Amino acid sequence: MFKNLFLKSTAIFIGLFLLIFLAVPIFQVFYVSFLDQNGHFTFLNFYDFFQSALFIESFYNSFYVAAMSVVLASIFAIPLAYFTARFNFRGSVLIQSLGFIPLIMPPFVGAVAMKLLFGRNGSINLLLNDWFGFKIPFMEGLNGVIFVESIHYFPFILINLITSLNSIDRTMEESAQSLGSKGFRLFRRIVLPLSMPGYIAGASLVFLKVFDDLGTPLLLDVNNMLAPQAYLRISSIGINDPMGYVIGVILVLTSVSAVYVAKLALGGKDYSMLQKGGGGMIKRNFLPHQKYFAYFVVFFILFLVLSPHIALTLLSFGTIWSFSVLPDAYTFDHYKDVFENSVFIKNTLLYCSIAAFIDIVLAFFISYIVLRTKIIGRQLLDYVAMSALAIPGLVLGIGYLRTFYSFNLPWNDKPLASWWFMIVIILAVRRLPYALRACNAVLMQISKYLEESAESLGAQKTTIFRKILIPLMMGGLLAGFITSFSTATVELSATIMLVSTESDAPLAYAIYSYMQTAAGRGPGAGFGVIGVLIVAAGTYLSQLIIEKKYKQRGMDAKVD
Amino acid sequence: MKKILILFISFFMFASNTLANSGNLVIVTSFPKDLSGKFKAAFESKYPNISVEVVGKKTTAGIKYIQETSSNNGTDLFWASAPDAFEVLKGDSLLAKYTSQVKGIPDLVGSYPINDPEGFYTGFAAAGYGMMWNTRYLKANNLPAPKEWIDMADPIYFGHTGMSAPSRSGTTHLTVETLLQGDGFNEGWGKMKSIAANFKTVTARSFGVPDGVNSGDFGVGIVIDFFGLSSIGSGFPVGFVYPTVTTLVPANIGVIANAPNEKNAQLFIDFLLTPEGQEILLDPKIRRLPVNPETYAKAPKDFPNPFKDSSIGAAVKFDVQLSKGRYNLVNSLFDVMITYRLDDLRAAMSAIYKAEEKLGNKNNAKAKKLIAEARALVAALPITEAKANDAEFNKIFKKKRKKAKDIEKYAGTRQAEVEAEWDKFVVDNYSNAIKKAEEALKAL
Repeated sequence: MFKNLFLKSTAIFIGLFLLIFLAVPIFQVFYVSFLDQNGHFTFLNFYDFFQSALFIESFYNSFYVAAMSVVLASIFAIPLAYFTARFNFRGSVLIQSLGFIPLIMPPFVGAVAMKLLFGRNGSINLLLNDWFGFKIPFMEGLNGVIFVESIHYFPFILINLITSLNSIDRTMEESAQSLGSKGFRLFRRIVLPLSMPGYIAGASLVFLKVFDDLGTPLLLDVNNMLAPQAYLRISSIGINDPMGYVIGVILVLTSVSAVYVAKLALGGKDYSMLQKGGGGMIKRNFLPHQKYFAYFVVFFILFLVLSPHIALTLLSFGTIWSFSVLPDAYTFDHYKDVFENSVFIKNTLLYCSIAAFIDIVLAFFISYIVLRTKIIGRQLLDYVAMSALAIPGLVLGIGYLRTFYSFNLPWNDKPLASWWFMIVIILAVRRLPYALRACNAVLMQISKYLEESAESLGAQKTTIFRKILIPLMMGGLLAGFITSFSTATVELSATIMLVSTESDAPLAYAIYSYMQTAAGRGPGAGFGVIGVLIVAAGTYLSQLIIEKKYKQRGMDAKVD
Repeated sequence: MKKILILFISFFMFASNTLANSGNLVIVTSFPKDLSGKFKAAFESKYPNISVEVVGKKTTAGIKYIQETSSNNGTDLFWASAPDAFEVLKGDSLLAKYTSQVKGIPDLVGSYPINDPEGFYTGFAAAGYGMMWNTRYLKANNLPAPKEWIDMADPIYFGHTGMSAPSRSGTTHLTVETLLQGDGFNEGWGKMKSIAANFKTVTARSFGVPDGVNSGDFGVGIVIDFFGLSSIGSGFPVGFVYPTVTTLVPANIGVIANAPNEKNAQLFIDFLLTPEGQEILLDPKIRRLPVNPETYAKAPKDFPNPFKDSSIGAAVKFDVQLSKGRYNLVNSLFDVMITYRLDDLRAAMSAIYKAEEKLGNKNNAKAKKLIAEARALVAALPITEAKANDAEFNKIFKKKRKKAKDIEKYAGTRQAEVEAEWDKFVVDNYSNAIKKAEEALKAL
């Protein structure tokens, strides 16, 4: 019974972790939404929500934007994923590494770069106006939000879909082929269903993220959506205004139901395959004309989704960039500023790698407990962890201050909330859902029989983890690590509440403080570029590790 | 696996070692690094034994941070622009009294007292609102630079201007309040809305306005002077002007109650006020107005001097108490009527513009009347001046958790409820205004 004890205590440990670092801080803030003016329990605030035309309109807008973003993001992601997984294609590593970058949009400065490129008087519209005499409102209103969000978050679908496609058991396809299935039928009956867990994982992340996203609507000054309404109320009316939290509760509920719906969509089907790491789909060669077409599509999409980062780079080297297609002149000065303050970069590397490591460990165990055990309340772990996605960073940050400030650290008598490790924890909690969805998707594809046969041969749970699950899940774990790591590098809203000394501050904070002045744009962009480079290097490295793993296991077929 | 663990542990040790040396003056500030860094460096070179730790936070986050950490306070100074932020801290007894002995600082800048009369915080620089514009943008769109607030209500600026919401930025709030006090509550709001109808955007951050003008995203923005002046100083193709009706407001610093390093904190305040400290304000990347009149002798030629040029910030006798009493209500009213319903407001005004354009110099009494009615509908307020100034009614909008017994007269009324009513009033009026304007168009 040791095995079960181990799992149960792990479940309890994770439950406690989520309770202390997620549920309690949120509760500290959220209970306000259920109080009336006398401090008694009430639902009146929720009644007010549904009475307000503005809130209803915001709810509708948020929903519309999130759904449309999933559609547009799928249009970006599916061709890229399919080309890399299906064909012998030189650009695969490029796609898998670069396709990731759009997730890393440094706060504030990313917005400025986007506006300089796509804005009403951005480079593209200035050129269009010169050449053809018209402008395209890329960044106006709800459609602008959909456009920016899709560029920003489509990698969620890309990564998860690629992972799913690469773990499709080749024998499935081969058997189907030997039974005479081919072409679209083969795609529809075999590839499409087997890649569903990855697609749904990615699509639900996009939906959730867009639904709760604050930065993009704020940058486009679209106020009539839920997240900005919550933020504006909390930060302008005050932290104790109930309506901000009512909106918060509604965001959380919607997010949890979205996860539930995604689960239903996958429910009742078995996505597992016996021969795990089966090399993915059979690789084909392009026909010559297909090749040019594929390259064209890939480069077009990559150019589109990476254009904000091209603009960011220009901004970091440019002197003055104002109402013009390109900066007036170029300089290295901004990077001098950046490297004089390299402590921010070091902090970011440290915090985000620890946080992402914590995330994959937790995510591994949570998905295992949810999918493989019958421990009571296991679904709850999943939902609670996912709800972190919907908690505004500001709220969680304040919750941390409230909950942890009164405890002192034993060794230096300073408040616990001001310890730098708390920044790591808050990053880990906020980015856990990403790692969790990635782990969940890969584990769903691994057949239970592999573990059961190992168990029947007398293997311990820990041995099974080490020898079977972890190697087979490597792709998903790495994808989870990278997603958590890279999105944590640009997290600002929660960390800004917790930073108590500048020497502890991460890179996103440096960008924030530079972007408050006219002269800080260049260095701010420089920090942004450094952040992106770190993430790009990390992603590229993990790609290499995955490829190497495949080779080691004699799966060279995948790369040849 | 083990290797990774060891790597992590060594990382850990490395990071905790670097933290061992903490400074002995901790300042929480909303000021950007360009400003705080210069003062920190100058102060540290004057007092080499004191090391300064500057923590930058948005004003609202800074207040929250100090409130939440007061039980275990580690902050010595709070350093920020908006006087109302200090009023909040003062109200919570989180500030300690200190009056600097540095000589040569006058009592007033414009018509606003430089220091807190009760001595809880000290002004060290002044700032006022004005308009900044992008010269390339204006040239490309063939627009003149505005001189007064009312210029921005001209239809030629439709879709070309921007401003931040007063609920987002304490200094923007003062601009709105100045307009209300300068022109009267009803006329002031009418003017504000006719200016707002031309907005391309109401930004969520106060820095969003200079950002937008600097990038050329919109042409003209209502900004606080140092955003404009420092953008000019950084080389952007922009200009800045004070309109006649503006208020100069001091930017402040105050010692936190139970500060761990109170003596050093007081030393820092003194340093800010010495000629040495005041000169730093003239730095091209900072450009705030010094409170020491003598420092202006060293300023660049075109630098505004409120102590000489009495036209800046003196037109309105600013009533601090009136402003304080209806602070949150004014913010909320602005958001309901303008920020959240900007599209509706723009649609209404653009219909009116169309009708007015067609009317031209024609003498069509019916159309004139309809247009006037449409304009009146846009300008109409969902609340009377008396009620807006009613202290009892304002209690609904207080930031602190409202208890029924504190609200008394309006017990049971919730802010969200009031706002939903206003919203309905405003949306109906804007759409009726469109109808009237279209009728007028038909009558022509």
